[in-house]
Order: sequence, then C-alpha cells, then structure tokens
Amino acid sequence: MAEFKKADSMLEWFDQRLGVVNFAKVMMTEYWIPKNINFLWAMGVLLTVLFTFLVVSGIFLLMYYKPDANMAFDSVNYTIMQEVAYGWLFRHIHAVGASVVFLIIYIHMFTGIYYGSYKKGREMIWISGMLLFMLFSAEGFSGYMLPWGQMSYWAAYVITEIFGGIPVIGDELVVWIRGNFYVADSTLTRFFMLHVLLIPLAIIGAIVLHFYALRFPHVNNEQGEFFDFDAEAEKYKAGDKKHSKVIPFWPVFLSKDVFVLGVFLIFFFYLVFFHYGFAMDPINFDKADGLKTPAHIYPEWYFLWSYEVLRGWFFEIAGISGKDLGLMAFGFANAIFLVIPWLDRSPVVKPANQRPYFKYWFWLLIADLMVLTEFGKLPPTGPNAWVGFGASLTFLVLFIALPFITKAEAGKVKGKK
Amino acid sequence: MMDESRRGFIGKAFGAVAAVGGIASLIAMKKTWDPLPSVMSAGFTTVDVSGLEANKLEIVVWRGKPIFILKYGADMKPTDGRSVKIGDSYFSVMIGLCTHLGCIPGYEGDKKLFKCACHGGEYSADGVQTFGPPPRPLDIPPFKLDGVTLVLGEEGPEYKKMTAKA
Repeated sequence: MAEFKKADSMLEWFDQRLGVVNFAKVMMTEYWIPKNINFLWAMGVLLTVLFTFLVVSGIFLLMYYKPDANMAFDSVNYTIMQEVAYGWLFRHIHAVGASVVFLIIYIHMFTGIYYGSYKKGREMIWISGMLLFMLFSAEGFSGYMLPWGQMSYWAAYVITEIFGGIPVIGDELVVWIRGNFYVADSTLTRFFMLHVLLIPLAIIGAIVLHFYALRFPHVNNEQGEFFDFDAEAEKYKAGDKKHSKVIPFWPVFLSKDVFVLGVFLIFFFYLVFFHYGFAMDPINFDKADGLKTPAHIYPEWYFLWSYEVLRGWFFEIAGISGKDLGLMAFGFANAIFLVIPWLDRSPVVKPANQRPYFKYWFWLLIADLMVLTEFGKLPPTGPNAWVGFGASLTFLVLFIALPFITKAEAGKVKGKK
Repeated sequence: MMDESRRGFIGKAFGAVAAVGGIASLIAMKKTWDPLPSVMSAGFTTVDVSGLEANKLEIVVWRGKPIFILKYGADMKPTDGRSVKIGDSYFSVMIGLCTHLGCIPGYEGDKKLFKCACHGGEYSADGVQTFGPPPRPLDIPPFKLDGVTLVLGEEGPEYKKMTAKA
C-alpha cells in the first residue's frame, strides 16, 4: 500500500484516496472547448438536464404506477393525477419532457449535420449519438404504452405488428415480442421492464460513450476549423486568454451554457404548467380496448416523419406489395442517418452555407422532413396519400443522391483552388 | 513451451465453457419471453354452432380479435372458398376486422352486408368487399371442424382446402 500522510484538509483527504483534483482537471477545468461556437453548442447540456428531469419525474411516477393491464390506466389517471400530491406535476414533466427531449435531439442532430460535425475523426461521436437517438425512440415508445389508454394500446399494436413484415419468422416474432397473440398484459409488463430499467441503463451507457467519444477529436466549431488544442490550451493557461482559441469546460463554457439552459427552462416550464396538452393525446384518456380501434392511429409528433415514410407506399411496385415497400423504406429511413459520415464524400468540414451543393441538400432534407411530419398525422386518403408517397420517395432519393452530390462538390471546391 | 500450450489449452477450455453457458442463458432468456402455456392454451376457442340462428351475426373473441360467425339463411348462396359447411348449413367464419384500417364492421341483416362505420367500406355476407376502401375480403381465421363444433386456432382440412382455393 502507498504511504499516506495525514491530510490537512477534506479536499486533500479525498484527493489522496480518489485523485479528485486531477479528475476535476481532466473532466472540467482542463477540458477544452473551442471559443468559436454559438448557442447551438448548448444542446448537449440541455439534453443531459432533460434526461435528468425524466429520470427524477419517472422515479416519482414509479412509486404509484401499477404495471397491470387492469390497473395501469387508473393508477395513472386516477391515483397519480388526482390523489397523489403533485402527481400531476411529475406526470406533466415526464410527458412534456419526453416530447421536448426529441425536439432538442433533432436540433442537436441537425446542428451536427449542418456543421459537418460527423466526419474527419468525429465519426464515433455521430454513431454514439445516433445510438442514443434509437435508444430514446425505444424508450419513448415503451413509455407511451404504460398509461394503457387507447392510443397506448393501438400504437403498441401497430408498431409490434411491423415486425410481422420480416420474412419467414415475422408472425412468430410478433407473438414472441408481445408474449401473446395480441397486445395484452404480458406485453405491458415486459415493456414496463424495458422502459424503467433496461433501456435507461443502456441510455446511461451510451451517454458515457458519447461524452468519451468527444475527448480525442474535440468539439467542432462554427467554421469547422482544425487547430492544435494542446497549443491553444497552453496559451490559455499562460494567461493569453484573448488569443487562445479555447476555453475550459468549467467554469467558462458552462457559465454560458447555463444561460441558454435558463432561457430553455422558461420555455420548458411554460409548457409543463400552461401548455401540456400537446403531449397528452385526448384519445389516450379512453382506456385500452382491444376490440375497438380508434378511427385514426398516429404516433407522437417526433415519430410522424418515419411513420409517414412507412405509410407512404400504398400500391404495388414490381410485384412487391405496398406494405413491404413501406417496411423497407421505414428500415432504410431509420438506419441511413447512422452512415451519414460515409455518405458525405466531401472531406471539407464547413457549415452547410459555405458548401455550394450540400446547402441545398440540407435544406431540402429539412423541408421534406417537415412535409412528412405534417402529413404523418393526416388520414392517408386521397391526395394526402400521394403527397405522403412523394415526400417518402424524396427522402430516399435525397440519401441515395448524397454521395454523388458531395463527390461533385468536392471536385468543384478542388477545382477552384 | 510446455507452459504456453497449457495456457492455450486452459484458455480454449475456458472459452468453450463460457460459450456453452452463454448460449444456454440466451436460450433461457428467449424462452422467458415466449407466450406462457396458459396463453397458448387460451389461443384456441371452441364454438358450438348448432344453436345459432340464420342471418344473425354471432361474434366470439379469439386471440383478442372479434370473429364473425354468420349462419346462412335458405335464400343465401354459399361461395366457393369462403363459405364453410357445418352440419347441414353454410356459414361465414371471418376475422371481424375491416381490412382497410382494422375497425370492426357491423352486420345489417336486412341488406345482408357488413358495413364499416369508419370509412364506409362494405362487404357481402361472405366477406367479399363490395364498396369503399377495403383492399381485400375479410380474413379467414385458421379453424378445424369437430362435428358441429368450430375450433379456432387450429388448421383443419376444410380450412386448408379454402386457403388453397383463395
């Protein structure tokens, strides 16, 4: 055992045993962030805070929620909402938080795409981020089932039914996932387990990986500039803070982040207290009934774009049924973002507005996702079905064209030099 | 040298034991998610159709789905591949979910048709779509005949004959 001398302070006592001084340096005071950034770089901290809100509000809901097909609905809508003091507050924080977390995830994600923050050494940041997006999607879906209302039930029904489209094992797989031939108590209890334990554990693990992935390539900046972080950090430490291109995570970066967080929290709690209705579908205040389908089934807003990609294919092409085409498009849409670092063939790391072709691609993608989201909630009949098909097809074409567009752009930029 | 091969052997032996254990636990985990025996046995519904009235829709629940059983009156003609003869009468046996978006159609006895309230789809008494958005006739659940008893969830020869024709 190492020689320990008597500590003169509590800090020293902990430092001897846990190396806290060095740890704080590595994680906070000498973790360097570029200066040249804007408020969009605060989304990571916002997401960390939102995830904490979801965990804390979830813990309080968990104390009264009953994962049982006969009791779940009342435990939420009667016990938690009416009997438990401030139960409504935790439910609204949880519901609004789940919705807003996706809003911030999308901003975070498209900030990354806009500034090209997924390439030249930052691939693992992107991949771990997309992994988090998938885990949050699974977490949102499994949690939506728990109040056991009509929308909970039929969303669970429709989404588990999707697995039936997998060749050969599809039908048996659906029964296996549900634990019954239809969405039943067994489905509720297993998705309850996933929602409160397994997926949150995976999310925490993925967050650690996501943060760790930032350490070596470092955070991108507004101009996509590459510089020597060590040299800039030395400058900062030597006192030349003005000319150094970096700032420490704590206290400098976080102090500005906390300002953005403050503004965000005003918005967030405005929603929680005065405008929570958007996160509480009225149809979900009817208890789940397996023998009564609601006239229109649609997911929460953050899944509408991929739901519309699934629904957009309503007729047979080359002998493949519309349903199968929709499934293929849906699978493509959910996997394709993961490989963006390899679809973008241009080596240039620059914001989209400084890239001659990519900027059009980026804004077309945003517009297309908005159309998909808008039409994902409308009944898929008449002209709506055709708009859905067009937007769904556009989505596929945009991603298939991305390597060619960026390759051409790389050629053009090179030619100029 | 001797040491190296001993280490190699122990390493491989450990790997093999761990792999067997790993696969065994995966099987256990998979089976834990399987539908329970009680669920599987509840997956079969038996219905005695001898007491049913003609032209009056009987609805039973099988695997959480409504099943339409309709006994034909003397004036109703059976359809090849869709109507099933039980005893002396013909019946329609169908999953009562509209093939459009899964609503449950109602039966209008005087017009002898099923009408779906959600989007106006209509089906004839044998379940073939006659109007509106439904893309295909009502589905037929797997069934087996045991005298005048209908067993839903098992594939009998009558069912196989019907699906072969469809």
